[in-house]
Amino acid sequence: MTDPLTIAGTTLASRLFVGTAGYPNQQMLLDCLETSGTELVTVSIRRISLEGYAESLVDLLEGRYRLLPNTAGCVTARDAILTAELAREALQTDWVKLELIGDRETLYPDVEQLVHAADQLVRSGFTVLPYCNEDPVACQKLADVGCAAVMPLGSLIGSGGGIANPAAIELVCSRSPVPVVLDAGIGTASDAALAMELGCDAVLVNTAIAKSHDPQRMAAAMRAGVEAGRLARLAGRIPKRRFAEPSSPQLGLVST
Amino acid sequence: MTERATMIRLRINGVEDEVGASTLAELLKHQGIDLQARFLAVAINGAVIRRADWLAHPLSPGDEVEIVRPLQGG
Repeated sequence: MTDPLTIAGTTLASRLFVGTAGYPNQQMLLDCLETSGTELVTVSIRRISLEGYAESLVDLLEGRYRLLPNTAGCVTARDAILTAELAREALQTDWVKLELIGDRETLYPDVEQLVHAADQLVRSGFTVLPYCNEDPVACQKLADVGCAAVMPLGSLIGSGGGIANPAAIELVCSRSPVPVVLDAGIGTASDAALAMELGCDAVLVNTAIAKSHDPQRMAAAMRAGVEAGRLARLAGRIPKRRFAEPSSPQLGLVST
Repeated sequence: MTERATMIRLRINGVEDEVGASTLAELLKHQGIDLQARFLAVAINGAVIRRADWLAHPLSPGDEVEIVRPLQGG
């Protein structure tokens, strides 16, 4: 395996994580996950419908992908912690994508509650991957309490806005003692490539694939985008210059 | 001779209901849930009840029960 990603001692060959929400149908979801080459997918934890318990999505995913349950929609540390504990029980995994929402319109994280909840969960033995803002101070606090990675947003969840603040993401990446997973707002393949070029270790994409016109093709595009961005990062780009520098030799030009 | 369980008032997944169940396992059966079903988790009054304890865990009036499973999510 070349250039593997390691989070909490677990090695992953793919730097593209994929969410499972909003696909046109279940078969399309499965096809997209396959095409994306992902090894890690997110799921939510919700009350069962009391009209009857039907076969779950997880039956189809389990064993083929690492499942990362999220605490999506939680607005208090108490609810997020309970959701994480229920997820651990239901899926028999210590891994959790911790989401603590501070604002229902923007779905921006409540950083104060997030750090507190992350601290509690780490102490309870969880491997915490927090969805957070693109603030290097917040990311450092999350790493300090023991999070296994940090997951700063590129732009608002589901917005397709791309990377609104590339300088901030680059700063987070350059200082983070833990892997950085760009999570939220990716709209197309170039956004994923940019995230990797800025130094992210992985990206998490959901809506950009699920709601594109051709989700399976977009899954392929995201796979290629993440790989391209990562290769470019490892290759070491040329610096940006203010002035032109001709690439062709200047001697021997005809009619000089 | 079977003894009918007393009806108790519970809050199940946010909905008030009266059920004739005295243990968590009885409640789950009453809700049509297969006790062998995988990928399920239950909490009562904010505390997760492990599967091994479902059979014996007693219910009290006013208990708030959450029965959850994984679903699509980003």
